[in-house]
Amino acid sequence: MGSGFLSRGFSGRRVDPEVARRLPPGQYLESDFPVMSAGPTPIVPTGAWDFRIDGNVEAPPRWTWEEFLALPREKVTVDIHCVTKWSKLDTEWEGVSLDTLLDGLEYSASYIIAHCDGGYTTNLPIEDVTGGKAWIAFNFDGDELAPEHGGPARLLVPHLYFWKSAKWVRRLELVDDDQPGFWEQLGYHDYGDPWLEQRYQGD
Amino acid sequence: MDDSMRQLDGNAAAGLLAEIFAVDVTSAQAMCNGCHAVGPVAGLLAYGLEMGAILRCPGCGDALLRVSRLDGECWLDLRGMSVLRVSTRVPQEPDGS
Amino acid sequence: MRDVRIETPGARTLALDVPGWRDHRPGQHVDIRLTAEDGYQAERSYSIASPPAGERIELTVERLDDGEVSPYLLDVLRPGDQLELRGPIGGYFTWEIVNGGPLLLVGGGSGIVPLMAMLRHRAAQGSPIPTRVLGSFRQFDAMLYRDELEGFAKADGQLGVSWTLTRAQPPDWTGYRRRVDAAMLADTGWPPETRPLVYVCGPTPFVETVAATLVDLGHEPARVKTERFGPTGG
Repeated sequence: MGSGFLSRGFSGRRVDPEVARRLPPGQYLESDFPVMSAGPTPIVPTGAWDFRIDGNVEAPPRWTWEEFLALPREKVTVDIHCVTKWSKLDTEWEGVSLDTLLDGLEYSASYIIAHCDGGYTTNLPIEDVTGGKAWIAFNFDGDELAPEHGGPARLLVPHLYFWKSAKWVRRLELVDDDQPGFWEQLGYHDYGDPWLEQRYQGD
Repeated sequence: MDDSMRQLDGNAAAGLLAEIFAVDVTSAQAMCNGCHAVGPVAGLLAYGLEMGAILRCPGCGDALLRVSRLDGECWLDLRGMSVLRVSTRVPQEPDGS
Repeated sequence: MRDVRIETPGARTLALDVPGWRDHRPGQHVDIRLTAEDGYQAERSYSIASPPAGERIELTVERLDDGEVSPYLLDVLRPGDQLELRGPIGGYFTWEIVNGGPLLLVGGGSGIVPLMAMLRHRAAQGSPIPTRVLGSFRQFDAMLYRDELEGFAKADGQLGVSWTLTRAQPPDWTGYRRRVDAAMLADTGWPPETRPLVYVCGPTPFVETVAATLVDLGHEPARVKTERFGPTGG
């Protein structure tokens, strides 16, 4: 289909300037919370759930659901930006910071690979998930995170495009070399900064 | 709305696949590398349609076909299927010619 | 867009003139893309309801309350307006008289739209291919194409049309009053020994149940074609 065509009377998503400056280039404000997945929603009872960190780490830790919920948790309000061009502002989450999870661990890594139920993976530099930039979130908008949105728990890395906030995360692998994850192997950007519009490899 | 009401199949990826393949792929028979089930691409379960298409085996859930819709480019990963049988016959015109 | 026809309280048929359109195969669909001044785009697929007929195609659009494209098509689009569309699309869920029969078409809700293209094509060609249709809807005012199909059936001894209303039925209703099941498919369809071509379309739970039931009844899986519609599809 060609470009330049406009649909008469289709009003799109015009926003006031205060909101507009909070939207990265090419993004539109969304009031719903679209569900997007690369596969079926996994069904994992919390009794069967655990969370691990492995790879280049001494004494790889593991938490059961109860142990995980007992960790220091934080409430955060963040903007999220999907590569498919929708953004949601001021979304409220609760979870455990990756700083908390990595605290006290002896590790050496330049990157992490997030591994999820259902086989989804994504890659991030270690400095993008530390220093208050990333959480394992289990509550959204004051309620338990719904399975279709990644529950029991998902990775939350709001400063990057939202495909990096991997749903159904179970394991973080600490590695030296970057390894493209599920969508990155299909041409999506390895880093994914929405403010630089890094949607695809080569952007 | 529960998952099942949202579920689409390979038919929903036909538009995207038509940008890549010269012949219709949705009616092609694909063999799943994981469980060896054979069936039409149209019958695979479709996910990720906002970013491309991930078509999965209805039996074992493996992804047979993964394609991304980028900017002027599509990346196609078929490692999940071992064989694809595609008809190259021109569909018969309705008037018989 | 040239013309609008009201089908039900929640659905309308849009007649579109598409310059350069090449004949489609009954069952195929189009992708419609809307673009706003700010660049925002929304895209949805709609099955073509009409048989091949030159440059005019018809789409039957059902209203989705929280939809993005259907409210525009139903409430904003006026005759004379232009639409951006891509198609025809799809080579699997299609039927033409050259494919033969007997033919069994099972549609749930808007799943009947692509089946209607097949039926209108069959009627336009005057084909005697034995055909049975089963349409499933929630209630009477959601039924699509009832008058037209009843009209076809009256005039055509080779066409049988059955209906079921699954949630509510009018007092004088003579059709089925439950979800499609094995008994209904056995009664309204063809015996498996006749090896019919079967097309099933509608929401995923409907399609999966009907297709599985048909296979249980003895129909060959390769002769049962399915198309799943999401809430935004069709």
